Amino acid sequence: MRAIVLRRLIRPSVFALAGALTFSLASIAQATRIERVVSPGGIEAWLVRDKSVPLISIDFAFRGGAIQDPADKAGVANMVSALLDEGAGELDSKAFHERLEEKAIQLGFSAGRDHFRGWLRTLTENREQAFELLRLALTAPRFDPQEVERVRGQVIARLTRESTSPNDISGKRWWSTAFPGHPYGRPVSGTLESVPRIGADDLKTYTRRVFARDKLKIAVVGDIDAAATSALLDKVFGSLAPTAELAPVEAARPEGLGRRIVIELDVPQAVVTFGGPGIARKDPDFMAAYIVNHILGGGSFSSRLYREVREKRGLAYSVYSQLVWLDHASMLMGGTGTRAERTFETIDIIEQEMRRLAETGPTEDELAQAKSYLKGSYALGFDTSAKIAGQLVQIQIDDLGIDYIDRRSGLIDAVTIGDVRRVAKRLLDSGLLVTVVGRPQGVTTKGHGG
Amino acid sequence: MLNRKLFPIAALAVAAATASVVPSRGGSDVGNNVSHFTLANGLDLVVIPDRRTPVVTHMIWYKVGSADETAGKSGIAHFLEHLMFKGTAKHPAGQFSRTVSKLGGQENAFTSTDYTGYFQRTSREYLPTLMEFEADRMTGLVLSDDVVLPELQVVLEEQNMRVANNPGARLGEQVVAALYLNHPYGRPVIGWRHEIEQLNREDALAFYRRFYTPNNAVVVVAGDVTAAEVKTLAESTYGKVKQLGPVGPRLRPKEPIPQAVRHVTLADPRVAQPSLQRSYLVPSYATAQPGEAEALDVLAHVLGSGSTSRLYRSLVAEKGIATSAGAWYQGSALDFSRLGVYATPKPGVTLPQLEDAMDAAIAVIADEGISASELERAKTRMIADVVYDQDNQATLARWYGTALTTGMSVESVRTWPDRIRTVTADAVRAAARQFLDKRRSVTGYLMKEAARQEEKRS
Repeated sequence: MRAIVLRRLIRPSVFALAGALTFSLASIAQATRIERVVSPGGIEAWLVRDKSVPLISIDFAFRGGAIQDPADKAGVANMVSALLDEGAGELDSKAFHERLEEKAIQLGFSAGRDHFRGWLRTLTENREQAFELLRLALTAPRFDPQEVERVRGQVIARLTRESTSPNDISGKRWWSTAFPGHPYGRPVSGTLESVPRIGADDLKTYTRRVFARDKLKIAVVGDIDAAATSALLDKVFGSLAPTAELAPVEAARPEGLGRRIVIELDVPQAVVTFGGPGIARKDPDFMAAYIVNHILGGGSFSSRLYREVREKRGLAYSVYSQLVWLDHASMLMGGTGTRAERTFETIDIIEQEMRRLAETGPTEDELAQAKSYLKGSYALGFDTSAKIAGQLVQIQIDDLGIDYIDRRSGLIDAVTIGDVRRVAKRLLDSGLLVTVVGRPQGVTTKGHGG
Repeated sequence: MLNRKLFPIAALAVAAATASVVPSRGGSDVGNNVSHFTLANGLDLVVIPDRRTPVVTHMIWYKVGSADETAGKSGIAHFLEHLMFKGTAKHPAGQFSRTVSKLGGQENAFTSTDYTGYFQRTSREYLPTLMEFEADRMTGLVLSDDVVLPELQVVLEEQNMRVANNPGARLGEQVVAALYLNHPYGRPVIGWRHEIEQLNREDALAFYRRFYTPNNAVVVVAGDVTAAEVKTLAESTYGKVKQLGPVGPRLRPKEPIPQAVRHVTLADPRVAQPSLQRSYLVPSYATAQPGEAEALDVLAHVLGSGSTSRLYRSLVAEKGIATSAGAWYQGSALDFSRLGVYATPKPGVTLPQLEDAMDAAIAVIADEGISASELERAKTRMIADVVYDQDNQATLARWYGTALTTGMSVESVRTWPDRIRTVTADAVRAAARQFLDKRRSVTGYLMKEAARQEEKRS
């Protein structure tokens, strides 16, 4: 492959949008004037108008992602996400895709654990056709048998490939061990056992239960005004059910802390996933925890894990940690990849660094650096329409308020050294569940069996 | 990894186009006033104003990549890229990264066959700081074994992660190596592992002193800036860096005309899902005759971009023998480049069966060409993507950096949509006939066991 090889791996953004990035806040707020638009039909969206590029970006999310899959049919939401644009209304799959292509409309859907998301990008002058195709996809998906089988084949091919991929094995084992019997323990894409069981009825039932107006968050960015946005909302989303029928999901806390699970696979690099309890988005200590994670293994290239594991010892190319906040659980998670004979040492260093941070807390200088980074970099998440739309949906999902962008710097500044020391202890003292895939030397499964 | 993307040049003057798509009122306000100038020491600068958000993307692109390495030292371009973060006399190790982080900036670096790039993204007011640091490390790098030795281990782990742990990536390396009989594009960008292991501080410094000089670099600044302020800042920072002397033309050994159909098979017990990939040796924008690369771009789009494409319709939707199929064209390269096709078989379908069906679909395009509606859809989509890309200053910066380090000009970026518009169905068929000749290609099989599938080949 004529690959572009990056110096540093960009962290996988597998989980919730790592909400994190601010700086001259006044100027973002200026560039990003958010209007709350409520349609005559009562549907709300946050709008940022920007006429400088002739396009419109819409992002939206329904609460109720893969955790709403039937327990024995993991993968329903994921299959729905792949099938909504494979024929809707009078248009079969081919016709639907040709309509998209003819107007260069970009439409996509994805299922996460807690949310079912969608996005639309269109040139302004094609907006009516784009909105109509989105409406059809959401309200009249066909789920034609041959398309369902085609997509099922694609999902199975992917799951088959993942069945020998160290990263996938490690991640899936972590989640299934941390959340046994809970929807979070099931893979979003399902399994080789569950996907063949999914029928068109399951897909239809899912859309009926989940695609509802009361659990919907929408952001619209670009060359469109409030009146047109309002009309768009009623047109596209107006005929959805008023209320979702979501199955209740219990709050959960990751289990298996203190265990190290080794899964043998003949690969030169051992892939490590680690995680323990995190902190809820609504917790008053969230921002302090966010800062603690940044110092431990967060986004910039001066974190403690980066320094100790990579720069000083050359043990890994990628090593990171991140806060994961879901609706019913929260974690601090991370990962790395390292050679077989030093896997044990690498995991030990990660655990030592976490203990050290828990015991002595961050330094004043680290706190100041972290605050400066987290405030300063926020604007970088607002320099494209698509990024703004994504941020605005996440702020709504997290229920932070339409003024959050303005308030965020103040929230960061308010965190004291006492806060981060206290929260470091709270966050990093619970022990980790670690999964390792490869041929690590010196690591054996500990805890109750493999 | 950008190699699955169409050639990302594209352009800014997106005025009149296919009536249905392109904004009739003259395109966007972003990226329409790109400036290009050269400092006295030979450094090229490109400025792409985007005043919507008070953010700036600052990139430096050196006209050196893995294809410029000395034989036997593969991986040195990439290793040096890592070592460029190890400090200078003026700014000791870690200071640049700590400063970028404190400013709330993001940074990274990348290496390809023809270029090596470094970038930072920050609030606009920190551009002078970024330029000062970047200019300083253009010639001021200081390396000691204390930092070089651990970093070599980091690179080896990177090779493990990207390649050794991943059978598909290992096959990709083998296909490319088999395709290029003479040209250094056949070497992996990251290097061959046995050669990476031998790289050292002296190799890195020698490579650095040979290629890192203002007259071998392009600085691209995109974001909330004007050309005038960037020029002033550049003169007071980069402008003070002395030329090391001429770097010389980038002459690599040329490929002979390919003669033989080639197959490579990578068998690994860890391959649970077989797949097939093929690369054809084709011209790049820099080496093509006028119109040829544009036709190849459209050809790759019609052949394999999305679910209305020929390969997808034929192999996945109609014959139902594959779960995925597609094509791509790597247009940005200084020398002869690649057009690729790939597919994943359904259970029970062998790779030779899949390959035969793929060959048949390709033969139809070469024999019968493409329809008017296919041509229009492809052009519409490719030109509209240019508009979408204008939403992203970092993407714009990458277009120009790529163009200027792979033998193209700012003007060629600007005129790309117009040139795509003029591609005819005949030109696409001609490109398919000439270049999708199997003798120009290497086909790679990824499978669990080599023997069994081979036996099934009739």
